[in-house]
Amino acid sequence: MSQVENPTLSEYRKREQSITLSPTEEQLDPAAGADATVQQVLTLNFGPHHPATHGVLRLLVTLQGEVVRDIKPIIGYVHTGIEKTAEDKAYWKVIPVIERMDYLSYYFNAMAFVGAVETLLEVQVPPRAQYLRVIHLELNRIMSHLVWLGTSALDLGAISMFWYCFRERETILDLFEMSSGQRMHTRYFQVGGVIEDIPPGFASKLQGFLDEMPARVDQYGDLLNGNEIVLKRLRGTCPLDAQTLLSLGVTGPLLRAAGNPWDLRKAAPFGSYGDFDFKIPVGTVGDNYDRFAVRMAEMRESVKIIAQALAGLPEGPYITDDRKVALPPRHELATSMEALIHHFKLVTEGFRVPPGEVYFPLESPRGELGCFVRSDGSSKPARVHMRDPSFVNLQAFAHMAKGAYIADMIATLAMLDPILGGIDR
Amino acid sequence: MPDATGLELIAQDLRKTIGGGDGADPVLDTVFFRGRATVSVRAEAIRAVLAQLRRRGYSFMSSLHGVDYYPDEPRLGVIYELLDMSRVDRITVKVRVPSDAPELHSVTPETPEGPGWPTANHQEREVYDMFGVIFRDHPDLRRILMPEDYEGHPQRRDFPVGGEPVEFTFNEGEGPTSSRGAGSAR
Repeated sequence: MSQVENPTLSEYRKREQSITLSPTEEQLDPAAGADATVQQVLTLNFGPHHPATHGVLRLLVTLQGEVVRDIKPIIGYVHTGIEKTAEDKAYWKVIPVIERMDYLSYYFNAMAFVGAVETLLEVQVPPRAQYLRVIHLELNRIMSHLVWLGTSALDLGAISMFWYCFRERETILDLFEMSSGQRMHTRYFQVGGVIEDIPPGFASKLQGFLDEMPARVDQYGDLLNGNEIVLKRLRGTCPLDAQTLLSLGVTGPLLRAAGNPWDLRKAAPFGSYGDFDFKIPVGTVGDNYDRFAVRMAEMRESVKIIAQALAGLPEGPYITDDRKVALPPRHELATSMEALIHHFKLVTEGFRVPPGEVYFPLESPRGELGCFVRSDGSSKPARVHMRDPSFVNLQAFAHMAKGAYIADMIATLAMLDPILGGIDR
Repeated sequence: MPDATGLELIAQDLRKTIGGGDGADPVLDTVFFRGRATVSVRAEAIRAVLAQLRRRGYSFMSSLHGVDYYPDEPRLGVIYELLDMSRVDRITVKVRVPSDAPELHSVTPETPEGPGWPTANHQEREVYDMFGVIFRDHPDLRRILMPEDYEGHPQRRDFPVGGEPVEFTFNEGEGPTSSRGAGSAR
């Protein structure tokens, strides 16, 4: 497709047209002897406002008939400069903005950041706080997978799944509200522990959820696994082998679906993940069905982890007693001068972190989420970077969907599970 | 993680295998901090260093990101996080480039030194976008998160937070980054 220079176009539109399209177009040049009517290539703009793009993702799709020949993702529509904002805030005030990156896995974002800061500070996190973190992380993983399942099924044309998934998600959000007062972006994890202990009644409500959830996952399975339409759209579509995925930096359920059992919870357990007994679900061929099945199985494993963490929840403090890092308990403020000074220092300047650089990786619902923090010794980070799995995994999308039908491309995008808040940050 | 001794062995190996014609030392510094091994290398040697580390087992690039060390020079840093999945071992490779010539070889494409790191494609674009580091031979070096016509590299330390006026209907076209040009008549 030759671009005619149009003088009325703005600079931006001209530059936009300068994006190099796929080389397939040259091969399909009618002058090369091919039949021009059959081989015509169409470049279709897809998004950024499209319900199947799971956010504001824009795709330039090169189509030959209904077959996808190339995909160029264009991102940045929800870029809010969170990494830049973080440089202007004290360490503990960074947590709320960091949580808003990948808005479906806020506990993981917070965990990656506080984990990095704790490594710099060399703070010991009490065991009870670690177990409470595991409970909330795994609840968050189930919640994220439920949103993925509901919206993916919606993309495949099944609307009722959405309601079932959001029913269980609501229970999890109620639990988050009980422990932290917020349903989303909870600011529950703090440097050195968690902000508050779980309230009375939380454990029994959580136990009720844990008893119910495996049966619910069975129900989802019954609805989808025996559904001819779902199976036809997922089985054998858009596979990608583990070697290619690794070279593209893809981690998480997508890599495990291709048969590589890489999971940071097992391989390099952070926090107290080493204490729990759980399995890593893996697929075989890495097609869309494996991606679907791996996430379904992960929900069951997460339930197991939470049950073990709840049963073995140790007694003790829920946040470190290092007063230079964590706020003193409220009752001490009335009686202790030092507590008052510490409180004042923490809420005004914040705590200072020794200079250095760390990279703290963990296993988020979408793969390796790494937080890089550079400290220059002041009370504000000199650099915060999130290695967001959605951002890296998106590069594999074109490799997966090339040569597939446009309908399969939609299914693949759903199974890729990109969160644009995390991609654009 | 390689321990402090392991890091020195890796640095020695890099010095031995990547001598270069001019005999310059490819390894500038090694840091072992909080259980993490970091090796700083010369910018010209980055491809060879990563290829050699890949031969040693660090075959997965988990992250590539930029850092601004303002006001120090060389000011801009690019950090490569490598991972060895079979030994569950990580190493950080760091490169510094000066702000007046922020150029570096891209590690995305396949080169005579090795098969390249396709995962670096978007991440190098982000570093270019945010810090202005130019990756030579990158297949598609365009801005990725900021608009194509944006001026400046916002993640640099001397770029102000909120230094840009918000565009509303009443001041549309007057902003410095507006695509319609500054001060268009209304």
